Amino acid sequence: MTVAALRVVEHNATYYRRTWRGSVVLTFLSPVLFLAAMGLGLGGMIDRAAPGVLSGVSYAAFLAPGLLAAQAMNTGTFESTYPIMSRILWRRTYHAVLATPLSVRDLLVGELAWISLRLLMMAAAFLAVMLLFGVVRSPLVVLAVPAAVLTGLAFAACVTAFTATQTNDSGFSSLFRFVITPLFLFSGTFFPIERLPELLRPVAYLTPLYHGVSLTRGLSLGTLDPTGAAIDAAVLAAYAVGGAIAARITLGRALVK
Amino acid sequence: MGSLLRIAPLPFVAAPRAGRLVERNILVYRRIWLVLVSGFFEPLFYLLGIGFGIGSLVGTVPGLEGQALSYAAFVAPAMMASSAMNGAIYDSTFNVFFKLNYDKVYDAVLATPLGPADVAVGEVAWALMRGSLYAVGFLSVMIALGLVSSPWAVLALPAAMLVGFTFAALGMAATSFMRTVQDFDLIFLVTLPLFLFSGTFYPLSAYPPELQLAVQLTPLYHGVDLIRGLTTGALGPGLLVDAAYLAALGLVGLAIVSRRLEKLLLK
Amino acid sequence: MTSVPTGPIDPLIQARGLTKRFPAITAVDAIDFDVAPGESFGFLGPNGAGKTSTMRMIGCVSPITAGSLRVFGLDPTADGPRIRARLGVVPQSDTLDLELTVRENLVIYGRYFDLSRGEAGRRAGELLEFVQLAERSGDKVEPLSGGMRRRLTIARALINEPDLLLLDEPTTGLDPQARHLLWERLYRLKQRGVTLVLTTHYMDEAEQLCDRLVIMDKARIVAEGSPRELIERYATREVLELRFSEADREALGTGPGADPADRVASGDDRAAPGESRHDGRGDGRLDERFAGLAERVEALPDRILLYTADGEAAAVAVHERGLLPESVLVRRSSLEDVFLRLTGRTLVD
Ligand SMILES: Nc1ncnc2c1ncn2[C@@H]1O[C@H](COP(=O)(O)OP(=O)(O)O)[C@@H](O)[C@H]1O
Ligand SMILES: [Mg+2]
Repeated sequence: MTVAALRVVEHNATYYRRTWRGSVVLTFLSPVLFLAAMGLGLGGMIDRAAPGVLSGVSYAAFLAPGLLAAQAMNTGTFESTYPIMSRILWRRTYHAVLATPLSVRDLLVGELAWISLRLLMMAAAFLAVMLLFGVVRSPLVVLAVPAAVLTGLAFAACVTAFTATQTNDSGFSSLFRFVITPLFLFSGTFFPIERLPELLRPVAYLTPLYHGVSLTRGLSLGTLDPTGAAIDAAVLAAYAVGGAIAARITLGRALVK
Repeated sequence: MGSLLRIAPLPFVAAPRAGRLVERNILVYRRIWLVLVSGFFEPLFYLLGIGFGIGSLVGTVPGLEGQALSYAAFVAPAMMASSAMNGAIYDSTFNVFFKLNYDKVYDAVLATPLGPADVAVGEVAWALMRGSLYAVGFLSVMIALGLVSSPWAVLALPAAMLVGFTFAALGMAATSFMRTVQDFDLIFLVTLPLFLFSGTFYPLSAYPPELQLAVQLTPLYHGVDLIRGLTTGALGPGLLVDAAYLAALGLVGLAIVSRRLEKLLLK
Repeated sequence: MTSVPTGPIDPLIQARGLTKRFPAITAVDAIDFDVAPGESFGFLGPNGAGKTSTMRMIGCVSPITAGSLRVFGLDPTADGPRIRARLGVVPQSDTLDLELTVRENLVIYGRYFDLSRGEAGRRAGELLEFVQLAERSGDKVEPLSGGMRRRLTIARALINEPDLLLLDEPTTGLDPQARHLLWERLYRLKQRGVTLVLTTHYMDEAEQLCDRLVIMDKARIVAEGSPRELIERYATREVLELRFSEADREALGTGPGADPADRVASGDDRAAPGESRHDGRGDGRLDERFAGLAERVEALPDRILLYTADGEAAAVAVHERGLLPESVLVRRSSLEDVFLRLTGRTLVD
C-alpha cells in the first residue's frame, strides 16, 4: 500500500471517530443475538430432534463460523455501497481527493484497506463472542479472522466495482435482495449445502460466501483439509483481485471525466 | 389553541387529503416497480432457506394444539409477521427521515393546504398498502407450498396489516426523535432482537418462564402468535388479546407522531 | 360607518408587532407592515436579517411567537389550510420532488390543492409554457440547471392560481440571463394582478420588481418606502467612488485597520432614524481632505464614497485638491447606498 492510500484510510478514520458508537454496538451485538437465537434456541431443537446430523458437532458450533463469514460478507458489502456512493456522488469527497496528488488507484487501495480494517475489528469481536459461547473446537480458529477479512474483502472489491457504475442508490436494494440475501441463506451458513436441491449445489460452489464459510468452519471445527482450504482461499483471492481490477476501471470512469 | 384543535382528532379527519400523498408515492413507484416487487422476494427467500433448509434438520415442531407441525409451516407465519414489521419500519423510518431532512419533500407539501397530520396519515397509509400487497403475495406462496392448514388463514391478511400499522406508527414516532442518520443504528438494535426472539424460529416454550413473560410484552411476538394461530388453525381467545395489544400500541405511536410531527415540521 | 367601500382597501397581509423567536435568537423582532392587494412588496436585507422567517410565518408553516398576523384577513394559527390554499410559495431553496418528472411535480402539487387530475394536467401544460420548460416536461428534475429549477418552482407555486405569491430570494445564485428571464415572468404576473411578496439582497432586483419595500436588518425594519423614495430620502442623486492605493489609504486613515467610528464623515446632517453617529464627528483627516466636496463621505475598507448631487464636479474637485485616486467612478445612487447609510455596512457580503 502506498503512503498516499494511507491518507484515505486516515480520512475515513477521522470520520469514523465521530460516528463509531452505534456501529460498534451493532458489530458486537448482532453476532451475540444471532448466536443466542439461532445457535442456542433453534440449535437446541435441532440437536434434540436430530443428534449427529452435523457429523457430531452441535448446531451452534456448526453455525457460528458460518455466521462469521456471513457477517464479513455483510460488512464488506455494506461498506462499499452507500458510503462509497456518497463519496462519489453525494458528498463528492473523492473529487476533492483527486484534486490533490492522490490517484484513483490510491483511493481504491485506501478504501479497501480501510474496509479490511473494519473487517478485522468485526472478526476479532466475533471471535471473542464465539469463545464466550464455547462453540470453538480448534485453536486454528485464530486463522478464521484473516479468512473472514479475505471473505469480506472479496465482496468489498466486487461491490465497489458495482457501486461505481451506479448513478443512484436504487440498485442497492436489488443487490441486497437478489444477491446478498440469497447468499446469506443458501451458501451453507445455516445448513450444509448438501441439503440444497441437486441443481443448486454447483451454483453455491461458485459463490465467494460458500468458500468463506467452508474456510472459517474448517478452521473453527478443526476439520480443515489442506487442499480444500487452498482452493477456498484461492477462489476468495481471485474474487478480491478481480473485483479490485474492475473497481479500478469503473471508479476511474466515474471520477475522471 | 388553534393549532391544538388542528392536530387533536388527527388520524380520522385527515384521511382524504392524506390520500394525495399516497398518490404521489404511487406515481414514484410506478417507475421503480422492481424495487416494490423485489420486497416480496426477501421473506420468500427466508421461508425457503430457514423453513425448508433448516427445516430439513429440525423435522417437526409440536404444534400449538398437540399435533406435529412441519417446521416450514411453523416458520412461515412468523416470516409473514416479521416482513410486515420490516416493511413498515423501513417506510416509516429511513424513508420518512430522508424525505424530512434531505429531500425536503414535506416542506413543499406543507406549503399547500395539507398539514402535518395529513403527512403522517398519508405515509402510514402508504406503508400499509405496500405491506398488504406483500402479505397477499406471501400468503399465496404459503398456500401453494401447502403450509396453510386452516381457512381462517384469510384473516392473516388483515392481521399482517395490523402488524404493519403498529410498527409504522411506532417507527414514525421514533423517527421524529432522530437527529442524524447514525441514530438509525438504534432501530436495528430494536428490530433485530425482535426478529430473532419473538417466537419466530422456535416456540416460546424454549425459554425459561421469566423470559417467556418478557417476550410476551413485545409487539412482534403478538404479531407472530396472531398470524400463526390463523394459518395453523389454532384459534383461541389469545388471538384477540394479540390483536388488541397491537392496535393499542399503534394508537399510542400515532398519538406521539401527531404531537411530534408538528414540532418537527413547523419551526 | 357605511357599507360602501370608499375607505382604503383591506390589506392582504397585516402584521403588527410580528415576532419570531428561536431558542437561541430572535429572528424577527416586532415588525409592522401591510401589503395591499395587487401590490408588489419586498423585504430587502442581508443574510440573517429575518426575511425567510417572516416569509415562513406568512406562509403558515412557522408558528408566530408574538404579535399579530393576518393573511387574507385570516389567522394563520387557526386557518392555515384555508390561507395556504390561496398562496403560491417559492421557498429560498428549491423543494422540488426529485423522484418525479418536471410535469409530475406540477400535477401532484395541483392535487394537493384538490384540483382534479384533468385540471391539474391542463394547468401544468400552460405553466410549463409560461416558464419555458415545455420541452423538458418529461425529464427528471435532477439534471435541470439552477435557473430551470427556479422557474419550475415558480410554475409550481402558480398551479393553484394563487392570489398571493411569496418568493424568497427568487434569483439568488442564478446567472444574469436566468435572472432577467425570471424578472420578466414575474413582471407579467404582476401585470395580471397577482400580489407579489419577495425577499432579496439584490438592490437591483428590489428596484426592478418592488412597488414598495422595507429594509430589514437584525430582525427589525429600518426603513420603508418605494425604491425611489428611499433613495431620495437617504442618499444623494449620485455617488462618486474613489479607490486609493494602499499607501494613500494609510495616509488618509481609512485602511482596513482604522477604527470604524472614524470611517464616517458627514457634511450634511440628514440623520437616519435611530442613527446618532452621523453628527459630523468623524476623523479629522477625512473631513479635512474632503470637506465641502460632498454631502456625506463614507469610507469602506476598499474605497471611499462621496454622496453628492453632481459626481463629475466632485471628481474634478478631488483632483484639484491634489488627491490622486487609482480609479474614479461616478454612478447613480442605489438602495445599497441607502442600506449603507442606515446601518454602516454593505448589503452583500
Ligand atoms: N429553524 C431555525 N432554528 C433556529 N434559528 C433559525 C431557524 N431559522 C432561522 N434561524 C435564525 O434566524 C435568523 C434569521 O434567519 P432568516 O430568517 O433565515 O434570515 P434571512 O432569510 O434574512 O437570511 C438567523 O440568525 C438564523 O440563523
Ligand atoms: Mg433567507
